[in-house]
Amino acid sequence: MSIDWNEYEPDAFYDELIRQPGKPRPPARKLARYLSKLSAQELVERRDAAEVTIQQMGISFTVYSEGENIDRSWPFDIIPRVIDYKQWQSTEQGLKQRLKALNMFINDLYHEQNIIKDGIVPAHLIKDSKNFRKECVGIDPPHKVWAHICGTDLVRDKDGKFYVLEDNLRVPSGVSYMLENRAITKRVLPELFESVHILPNNDYPAELLKMLSSLSPRKIKQPQIVVLTPGVFNSAYFEHAFLAQQIGAELVEGSDLVVRDDNVVYMKTISGLERVDVIYRRIDDLFLDPEVFNKESVLGVPGLMRSWKEGNVALANAPGAGVADDKVVYALVPKMIEYYLDEIPILPNVETYLCEDPEQRAYVLANLDKLVVKPANESGGYGILVGPHSSKKMRDTFAELINGNPRNYIAQPTLSLSTAPTLIDGVRPQPRHLDLRPFILQGKSMYCTTGGLTRVAMKQGSLVVNSSQGGGSKDTWIVDMEKH
Amino acid sequence: MLSRVAERVYWTARYLERVENTARLLSVFNSLLLDLPRGVDLNWYNLVIITGSEEDFNKRYEVRSERNVVKYIISDAKNSSSVINTMRWIKENVRTSRDVVPIETWELINELYIFVRQNLQSGINKSTRHEFLDQLVVSCQQIVGLMSGIMIRDAGWYFLRLGHNIERADMVTRFLDVGAAVIMNDDDSPNREQIVWGNVLSSASAGQAYLKTTGSLVNGPEVVEFLIENPLFPRSVRFCLSGVKECIDRLPRNRKLTLSVKEVLAHSTRAFDYTQLGQEFRDHLNEIQMRISGLHNEVSENWFAVE
Repeated sequence: MSIDWNEYEPDAFYDELIRQPGKPRPPARKLARYLSKLSAQELVERRDAAEVTIQQMGISFTVYSEGENIDRSWPFDIIPRVIDYKQWQSTEQGLKQRLKALNMFINDLYHEQNIIKDGIVPAHLIKDSKNFRKECVGIDPPHKVWAHICGTDLVRDKDGKFYVLEDNLRVPSGVSYMLENRAITKRVLPELFESVHILPNNDYPAELLKMLSSLSPRKIKQPQIVVLTPGVFNSAYFEHAFLAQQIGAELVEGSDLVVRDDNVVYMKTISGLERVDVIYRRIDDLFLDPEVFNKESVLGVPGLMRSWKEGNVALANAPGAGVADDKVVYALVPKMIEYYLDEIPILPNVETYLCEDPEQRAYVLANLDKLVVKPANESGGYGILVGPHSSKKMRDTFAELINGNPRNYIAQPTLSLSTAPTLIDGVRPQPRHLDLRPFILQGKSMYCTTGGLTRVAMKQGSLVVNSSQGGGSKDTWIVDMEKH
Repeated sequence: MLSRVAERVYWTARYLERVENTARLLSVFNSLLLDLPRGVDLNWYNLVIITGSEEDFNKRYEVRSERNVVKYIISDAKNSSSVINTMRWIKENVRTSRDVVPIETWELINELYIFVRQNLQSGINKSTRHEFLDQLVVSCQQIVGLMSGIMIRDAGWYFLRLGHNIERADMVTRFLDVGAAVIMNDDDSPNREQIVWGNVLSSASAGQAYLKTTGSLVNGPEVVEFLIENPLFPRSVRFCLSGVKECIDRLPRNRKLTLSVKEVLAHSTRAFDYTQLGQEFRDHLNEIQMRISGLHNEVSENWFAVE
């Protein structure tokens, strides 16, 4: 039996493909029709072909289990998620606007701190921030940009609008999977690429290379660019190797680099030491340079900060950029856009209550059973209270935590994440929740990926999309309706 | 090319060659066992001595039996140079230098690793050992053959060849040492010379080439001379060291190394009286091994330990 969209129930959520049973949204119409014409057997064949492709291409991510590292195949659903190009254009503008403001904010924090002097942002925000690096004060990175690569998580609520959930400004990952998802879909559903106007997304590596080159302190034709990985045991090692290969950069580990007395970074090659201009680092700030940060770190390079401060090497993202990767800062981004750019924010935030504000705190404490409470500085979903799924005991614990350190907590209403049809068992698509992570670059100029990485919660009703916790992914199509 | 990546490629080649030659070495012993008359003490422990692991072996094994020695060499997880551990090192090295080594090689190496892991017991059992060892040799050759068929001839390739040749030169001297040791151990069984040196020849797959080149029956002095000095046979010491020299000539910053390799080559192939294959000859082999190991240290220092 093939797919019958009349039997697909999107429930109360916004579904990305099917508006109501039997009614696909306009940009997804051809896709839905095409899928319903495939026989059950053909559908299974396509799905198997995707799995084989993933194994052949060696697309994997690493998980830790019982002290061992296991390379797991990338979980992928063959039904793409479709977004209308028109809506995407304004989303893209919104993402660029956000990153521009965030970079001005970071630069301001490490210089005059005007935004604090003008009372837009409270001073203690920096004093208490885990990610403010006093070592970075007064530094002028190229183009005054600190966060060169940003992965912003978007969700769609019931109203069909995109909301920003968070900005990842430290070492965001996932872009390699976005590219690989497209490569798989091209092999599995090639016919659709002829009839549907799907915008390509494979210019990312070239744009990344262009951005990184624009940071080079030496103005030469081919600056030496390297990707710095913590090594093969890191869960994103596949991506590090993939990106290095795509942009033609060396994939290096800390021990491959050395900083000499001239404060220049060199890499150790068989021809001797070669000067390095730009480091795309995939190591957290605190492990970058044992001379300055974590003394025990063997992942980093002693002297790296000296070299960076003198402007002899560019680091992307710059150390200290993570100061803006904070839930309280997040809540203030709309104000920053107005303050620095004198523009109206294009993309809305999810409504956020700051617990440091007495009034907002009172509201949060009174509504813990309805809200999601998050610590300001953690990433990866740690230490979160999901109100509707919590026990009285958990809520009491969080009330205590909030009262003990209000600055460190924010709260948001529980969201109704959008869904898309996903093949779970067999060939009957079922709605599953998803999010979207586009990647935005800023160097001399700006760039935003066409679409991004769509992550899917594979369990019914679940909102957890992380691949380490059983999440999957889909290809993301930006479809131009006017070119049909 | 990054020094670290060069080092990993070099060791991948050495380890691959080591697995193959370990299998060959065990095969020699296996067939000697069948060929030599009963009552001759073959002394498997020689294999432990030849690979320089007496101390480690004696820590964990009381009896120097065939079974223990074979187990130690093939499957002992605590022996850092056992076949299974060497395979693990190969896999780890290739995993982190995949941008240099062809992707197809990575798949074959995975397959071989799985084969070894699943068939350890058949390597230890006498009845299935021959087949297991044969498969190891064939698989290693397949991997090296694939590399040679598709790899671009840049620095990565020359580090790979360098590793192969250094390891192979070293292992050939160890094969010869096995022969000399067995002969010294047993001085009265009939035909022992032919049996022992014939097996040493076949361990290097050199029987056919030897007969063609020398035109004479198998005898110690000529076999030894062939395996050390023949300029055309790919597993002779001279051929391998010449290969090392060619690789070094192609790599950057090689001035000191080109001189060193010439010296090692000259010393290894210098005039030596092979009519007496006793202790003096074994000392000579030992000296060659020391010099090869010295060459390895220089390679490491020059290209891998850049500061």
